[in-house]
Amino acid sequence: MAVATVLIVDDEMGFVEALARRLTRRDVEIREACSGEEALNRLASDGDIEVVILDVKMPGMDGIETLAEIRRRFPLVEVIMLTGHATVESGIEGMKKGAFDYLMKPCDIEVLLAKVNEAAAVKRRREERIVEARVREITARRA
Amino acid sequence: MDETRQMHPEYTLLARKMFLTILVVSYVPVLLVSLTIYLQFRGVYRQKVEDHLVEMVRKHKQQIDAFLHARLADVRFLAQSFGRDTLSEEAFLQRQLAFLQGAYGATFVDLGVIDARGRQISYAGPFKLGQAEYAGAAWFQQAMAERAVISDVFLGLRGLPHFIVAVCSGEGQDAWVLRATIDFEAFNKLVGGIHIGATGVAFIVNRDGEFQTTGPASPIAAEKVFGGYQTCAVDPSRKIHVYSHPDENGVRSIYVTGLLKDRNWLLVYRQQAADAFHQLRRAEKMSLFFFILGGMLIVVMALVISRRMASRVTKADREKEIMRRQVIETSKLAGIGELAAGVAHEINNPVAVMIEEAGWIQDLMEDERISEPEDRAEIQRALQQIHTQGRRCKEITAKLLSFARGSDGSIRLLDINQIIEDVIRLVAQQAKFTHIEVETVLAPDLPPLSGSETEMHQVVLNLVNNALQAMAKDGGRLTVFSEVDGPWIVIGVQDTGPGIPAANLERIFDPFFTTKPVGQGTGLGLSICYGIIKKMGGRIEVDSRVGQGTTFRVVVPVPPTTS
Repeated sequence: MAVATVLIVDDEMGFVEALARRLTRRDVEIREACSGEEALNRLASDGDIEVVILDVKMPGMDGIETLAEIRRRFPLVEVIMLTGHATVESGIEGMKKGAFDYLMKPCDIEVLLAKVNEAAAVKRRREERIVEARVREITARRA
Repeated sequence: MDETRQMHPEYTLLARKMFLTILVVSYVPVLLVSLTIYLQFRGVYRQKVEDHLVEMVRKHKQQIDAFLHARLADVRFLAQSFGRDTLSEEAFLQRQLAFLQGAYGATFVDLGVIDARGRQISYAGPFKLGQAEYAGAAWFQQAMAERAVISDVFLGLRGLPHFIVAVCSGEGQDAWVLRATIDFEAFNKLVGGIHIGATGVAFIVNRDGEFQTTGPASPIAAEKVFGGYQTCAVDPSRKIHVYSHPDENGVRSIYVTGLLKDRNWLLVYRQQAADAFHQLRRAEKMSLFFFILGGMLIVVMALVISRRMASRVTKADREKEIMRRQVIETSKLAGIGELAAGVAHEINNPVAVMIEEAGWIQDLMEDERISEPEDRAEIQRALQQIHTQGRRCKEITAKLLSFARGSDGSIRLLDINQIIEDVIRLVAQQAKFTHIEVETVLAPDLPPLSGSETEMHQVVLNLVNNALQAMAKDGGRLTVFSEVDGPWIVIGVQDTGPGIPAANLERIFDPFFTTKPVGQGTGLGLSICYGIIKKMGGRIEVDSRVGQGTTFRVVVPVPPTTS
């Protein structure tokens, strides 16, 4: 079984492909998108996606805007921000808007993998808790 | 000297202008003052000389008049004291002559008593004139008519120049005349005593222009003397008359004349003007010498000062030009700095790809299945990708470096469209991430423009940067265009930003005017652009509407050689 299902969003397709190849090798299920809009479409059509790796700086809809939209429409999906230029501000802004974490690009693949695992775990736990809550709710209603 | 020889023509012109200005400013007052002083001095000096001559002539005129009247009085005294009969005795007359000669020296030559018919009754003197007949003599007739006479100088019976002083006594047939002959030499001494300078001489002429004393050694225009005489006669109020006139040789002389002897004689004093005014001439020569010497000094000083000033101005201008280039260079680097974020991201992307590809190769190497052909192909592909991305990085740095290279300020023919494209290439990435659409509308057959490439880059980059910053928040559309408008080339930078408020519009070209937060803008960009374009003989126009956007138009003249 795959470690997690991850959507990589970056306008630099070379980067997306290289990262996808390496994460796939580490048993990560990969989806690809080259813009914010495409990412939202993929999320809408693919319910398996657990974690989004999101580039901050993109033409059109940028990372921060995409993040806000993901938070609004897919609150359970975790987002890891990748900041291309070494400014902490955009990372912090991402965190404020509900990103799971942020990493400088280029980043160490093992660190990224660890973050992805963490995020996926958090997401799964939350989902489990939601399921448990629902079950309790239904049980209580029956009783 | 070497410095000035290397001077640019405009500095040579400046030096020449300064030289002329210094010369005129120094020389004109000196000239005016000198001329005024000289004219005043000359007038006063001439007046003084003339006054002196007039005074001298007046004094001599009085002396001569007094002398003549005294002689007349002497004769009248004799005639009235002794009567005809007493004086007719020759011995008595001889005695009287001796008395007179004893008192006045050789002035009285002889004495004679003449009856009403003109016959000399008695005579005392050195000549044998005993029975001389004077009925026809002018002086005798005049004495009979006017009772007293002082005659003109004449030769008479004795053949020597002399003149007669005679008085008439008695009436009708009893009338008789006592006459005395005045020695010409003795009289001449009175007048000849007037000697001033080398050429000053005095003499007396009568109404007919005949000399009554020894005439001047050099020739004299008798009619001119007479003319002066006439003037005096016509205008009796001017007792002494001064005028100057050149003689036949062209030598100008001063004449001072005064009437004598009941206006029958004219005392003339003549002196060559050069002689009379020789001290003035000496002063003139000395002044002229010093004036020329001073003038030469002024010329030398003006030359030295103007050259020194021009060389200083040259140096200052050169330093100013260096400063200007440094400011442009600095502001250009600042402009590139503003682009740094975009460029950094642009480089970061291929770097990230390269690192991931390298990581991928590492991943593959960790496998033992490395020898498998598909792995080898994969490594090959990854290396190719690294190569491609490395090349991309190189291109980015190359375009940045080509832009940031030193400003040599050298003037060459520029392709404006190429410059616009250089700038757009540099900012394209930044525009992409700030939602700004970039459009270029370039005139295809733009004539080349002569100017400094780095300065032109600076102008376009600055305007484009400003436009991008204006739209950074909300995005928009940047249009950069070039066009030919008659003798002008127009470079336009148009944005759809918030526009510039009217209050700021007037100040945007002022140095240090900025609306950016402290530390983000120097406020020098537009003022430097303005300076660059103005130096090229062009202008920058701005049209801004709040809420709609701003258009900057750089208008520069097409150089005549390329138009």
